[in-house]
Amino acid sequence: MGANIAVNSDNKETWGGGGAKPFGASYGKMMMWFFIVSDALTFSGFLAAYGLTRFKFIDSWPIADEVFTHFPGLHGVHAPMYYVALMTFILIVSSVTMVLAVDAGHQMKQKKVAWYMFATIIFGIIFVGSQAWEWKNFINGSYGAVKTSNNHILQFVKDGHQVALADFIHTDRKDDRIHHTRNNGLWFDQEPAISQYSVAQVKEAFKADPSLLIRTEQLNPETKQKIILSREESLAKLPLITKVVEGANLKENEYGNPIFADFFFFITGFHGFHVISGILINIIIFFNVVLGTYERRGHYEMVEKVGLYWHFVDLVWVFVFTFFYLV
Amino acid sequence: MGHAHESNTKRIWIVLAILTIVTTVEVALGIVKPDSLHLHGWGTSWLNWIFIILTIVKAYYIAWAFMHLEAEKTWFRRAIVWTAVFLISYLLFIVLIEGDYLHETLAPLVKW
Repeated sequence: MGANIAVNSDNKETWGGGGAKPFGASYGKMMMWFFIVSDALTFSGFLAAYGLTRFKFIDSWPIADEVFTHFPGLHGVHAPMYYVALMTFILIVSSVTMVLAVDAGHQMKQKKVAWYMFATIIFGIIFVGSQAWEWKNFINGSYGAVKTSNNHILQFVKDGHQVALADFIHTDRKDDRIHHTRNNGLWFDQEPAISQYSVAQVKEAFKADPSLLIRTEQLNPETKQKIILSREESLAKLPLITKVVEGANLKENEYGNPIFADFFFFITGFHGFHVISGILINIIIFFNVVLGTYERRGHYEMVEKVGLYWHFVDLVWVFVFTFFYLV
Repeated sequence: MGHAHESNTKRIWIVLAILTIVTTVEVALGIVKPDSLHLHGWGTSWLNWIFIILTIVKAYYIAWAFMHLEAEKTWFRRAIVWTAVFLISYLLFIVLIEGDYLHETLAPLVKW
């Protein structure tokens, strides 16, 4: 089983274990595997914490395919899952080009290794860019909602479908509230962006249109859909509204529980950070390949090691994809 | 599998096909969400079980084929896989049961 391992026998690699190879794995490869195991446990810790929180709020957790519904070029089209499926596919393809680079390395084909590494880097960049786009949509939000005095999110529904605040509020803001920046108020102070609509506007517009209903965070266990209140119940909720929420940040979001967004930002962010590090390491290895470093060394084991890391990033995404978007 | 200088490209393409098909099935089920699978199940919905099993299938192919675990020495592979699987299962067991308990205890106190 000397599989995939090629090491010099001229004792130049004493620093890396001196030729002793427990389990037939080189020092570097074994350490990469041990790092991957520990990193896998880190990600498992995060995903388990996500699971705990989701179980804790199982009766009101946001429904993923109502949150992630955008696809580039398709404005206003309800396209749940398609984009993230594409991202998943891109990452799998980048894994394939990576493994092809490793394979070409075994055959000492420098040019092929370089091209496959290059393709892997490009796919990696596309993936990170897609994730940034996904974050942008998530942060900006698509409908807008309101928060009540007991910190629940209420969304608006018309004819069974969620509607955006802009779809039913046609009046102007009457409270003269403007965004406080350094230029128009205290020069040493500023505030985060304020919502486009005031609470009074929302209430007024809601009362004016009898076909509007309020949708709560709560799930109906029979249908697994969010509970939509009757018109009377909806009107009774109006006095509780304290704030208009548009999009998502770490403190609140229009999709529901704040911790849903917190976990989304943290776990996909941590994964994205791994992808970015992977791209950087791939770039370094790519230049080494092009410069002929491994050709002179006589083996492409570095490509194999960075490949292990890159596949691990893909492996983690497979789980993130399942637990954030599918389950 | 995999002596040095030997090419495994055929295996790689087969694994790509498998991963693509599995992902497509997952996404299709996630979009359609057939009521019979979505609203019934043991513990959680059948649909969630399908997603979890298919995810493990994908993880298997990535680790065994792409990360070359299938070509490593048996006990090196076991040192990696068994360690991770045992610790992760234990963590999930403890933490998810705790999550369920938190729900039972705290949900009745939430004012809607």
